[in-house]
Amino acid sequence: MKTSRFWAWLVFAVGAAYFFIPLIATFEFSLRMRRGEYSFDAYRVVLGDSRFQETFGYSVTVAVFTILLGVFLVVPTAYWIRLRMPHLRPIVEFITLLPLVIPAIVIVFGYIRMYGSNSPLPFLGSARGTDALLVIGYATLALPYMYRAVDTGLRTIDVRTLTEAAQILGAGWATIIARVILPNVLIAVLSGAFLTFAIVIGEFTLASLLNRPAFGPYLQNIGANRAYEPAALAVIAFAITWGCMSVIQILARFAPKSANRPN
Amino acid sequence: MADPFLSIQNVKKSFGNVAVVKDFNLDVGAGEFVSFLGPSGCGKTTMLRIVAGFEEPSAGKVLIGGKDVTGLKPNQRNIGMVFQAYALFPNLTVAQNIGFGLKVAGVPKAEAQARIDEMLGIIKLPDFGDRYPYQLSGGQQQRIALARALAPKPKLLLLDEPLSALDAKVRISLREEIRSIQKKLGITTIFVTHDQEEALSMSDRIVVMNEGRADQTGTPFEIYNRPSTKFVANFVGTLNVLEGTISDAASGTVKINAEEIGLKGKLNGSKSGDTLSLALRPEAISLGRKAGNDSNLTGQIADVHFLGSVIRVRVGVGQNVVSLDTFNSPSSPPPVVGQKTEISFSSGDVLVLH
Ligand SMILES: Nc1ncnc2c1ncn2[C@@H]1O[C@H](COP(=O)(O)OP(=O)(O)OP(=O)(O)O)[C@@H](O)[C@H]1O
Ligand SMILES: [Mg+2]
Repeated sequence: MKTSRFWAWLVFAVGAAYFFIPLIATFEFSLRMRRGEYSFDAYRVVLGDSRFQETFGYSVTVAVFTILLGVFLVVPTAYWIRLRMPHLRPIVEFITLLPLVIPAIVIVFGYIRMYGSNSPLPFLGSARGTDALLVIGYATLALPYMYRAVDTGLRTIDVRTLTEAAQILGAGWATIIARVILPNVLIAVLSGAFLTFAIVIGEFTLASLLNRPAFGPYLQNIGANRAYEPAALAVIAFAITWGCMSVIQILARFAPKSANRPN
Repeated sequence: MADPFLSIQNVKKSFGNVAVVKDFNLDVGAGEFVSFLGPSGCGKTTMLRIVAGFEEPSAGKVLIGGKDVTGLKPNQRNIGMVFQAYALFPNLTVAQNIGFGLKVAGVPKAEAQARIDEMLGIIKLPDFGDRYPYQLSGGQQQRIALARALAPKPKLLLLDEPLSALDAKVRISLREEIRSIQKKLGITTIFVTHDQEEALSMSDRIVVMNEGRADQTGTPFEIYNRPSTKFVANFVGTLNVLEGTISDAASGTVKINAEEIGLKGKLNGSKSGDTLSLALRPEAISLGRKAGNDSNLTGQIADVHFLGSVIRVRVGVGQNVVSLDTFNSPSSPPPVVGQKTEISFSSGDVLVLH
């Protein structure tokens, strides 16, 4: 009993050290911009940089559109597959996993070939078109997380009976999805959304190769040219990701208690 | 029926090559309460879902109010439905659940609110409007589900084993409540159950289903006392079966073990020497001879169950064991196992199963 507990703590301590020491070191380093004393100068410089504000704002906007696209794409799909085509689920799950296997660089070269300004679909011919393509690409990258989150949410409700109950009361598909399905998987959708947000904020490959002014390329650029600011940015990026994760945790507490499956 | 409200005509349904409903016919009058009774897997739910529009029949049609609805979607049929698993929307309050159909139909807010309050009154949960489904007991949830189904004033109410997830006490009180609400509103209702007591106590008529067919359709009295097939006789109520041989078809004499009873006029067409199954309800058999009972058999008490006001006695008669009920009387001691006894019954109560 005693010894097993000792080993458990040891493993925990090693794991925590592995995780936290680089983080603490980075944080410590980010405070050393002013010679001889700790200060938040690096943060002040970073946050005051207009390019930080622009790229960050751009990425947040792209993230919001990506989330909307993901929700519109994934919620009806996952719902329909649970309701009517459960035999297709393994196939769809496999497809949604592909973005984890296929590197983003492959996707972006595919895009450049497919949607160049001379192609029938010249997305890349204009900045707006490229933005749209970026959103679509990000929605693809986030698909594994979004689909899994929504599908897990759908598992907690009796999709078929709730659908039929709504149908017999006169509801059409739009009403069913908007008033019955979506609200009951909202927490799952939101956790998918925050994961998407975290991915989009830090993404480099797509944004850089499509030449969009996103936060990822900015991070890279700063990292290559400055000393203290990248450390500050890394800490900020961590804080954002952690913020997203904590929001997911908090939201999970508010998940509607399912009446169909009483504890 | 002169002018049925719901008419199910020659409906068949197969899943793949498995025929689940085989040529189902039924007319239901306006305001009638009809139960589908049958064992698990006999196609009750499937038939109900065809009426609701969730399944398309492979053949045949469904008419509601004289109109062919076979091709209509569930949301165009103006039907109320209550599900076994309650199926309340977990994200909506009780009032919002009840108002769901009204909102979909575009009923103005004030009118909808009045209707919601009315429904909450009818199901006797007037103060529950602001609760969420998870804050309710099963029985309360099912009452809300009933109110939700009835709020848009449907013409037809379908209930698929609405009570089977509830405990015995709630089941019985809710059974009575559903029936009284149904009567008050005069709504045509189909109630699916595999519980014969439920069907017998609630229904105007019962359809006993067996392997996708309606074996018999009739009032609870008819179904119970004059089952038309062996299946119905066995499925509804407790039945004692005695095997006999016709010793003289002309006079209607049937031999059971070494004793003979007369069943004149009940043997329709059977010949001397044929074997027969004779069925008797427990309440048709008396222990000992009794005035008015023209048939007697001897046996031996095999088992005595004291149930309070009644005593259920099992009597061995030759190879067969029959159950019968006697009333408990404080002044006379109950029968004793092993005791020789006579049983008697009226030949008029004997069901000859072919
Ligand atoms: N969608 C379906 N696909 C294939 N077979 C089905 C389908 N729905 C029902 N069945 C089959 O049809 C038969 C009748 O099912 P149904 O649900 O109508 O029975 P039931 O009388 O309601 O039984 P229970 O009392 O158990 O609810 C069953 O054997 C079932 O397996
Ligand atoms: Mg069923």
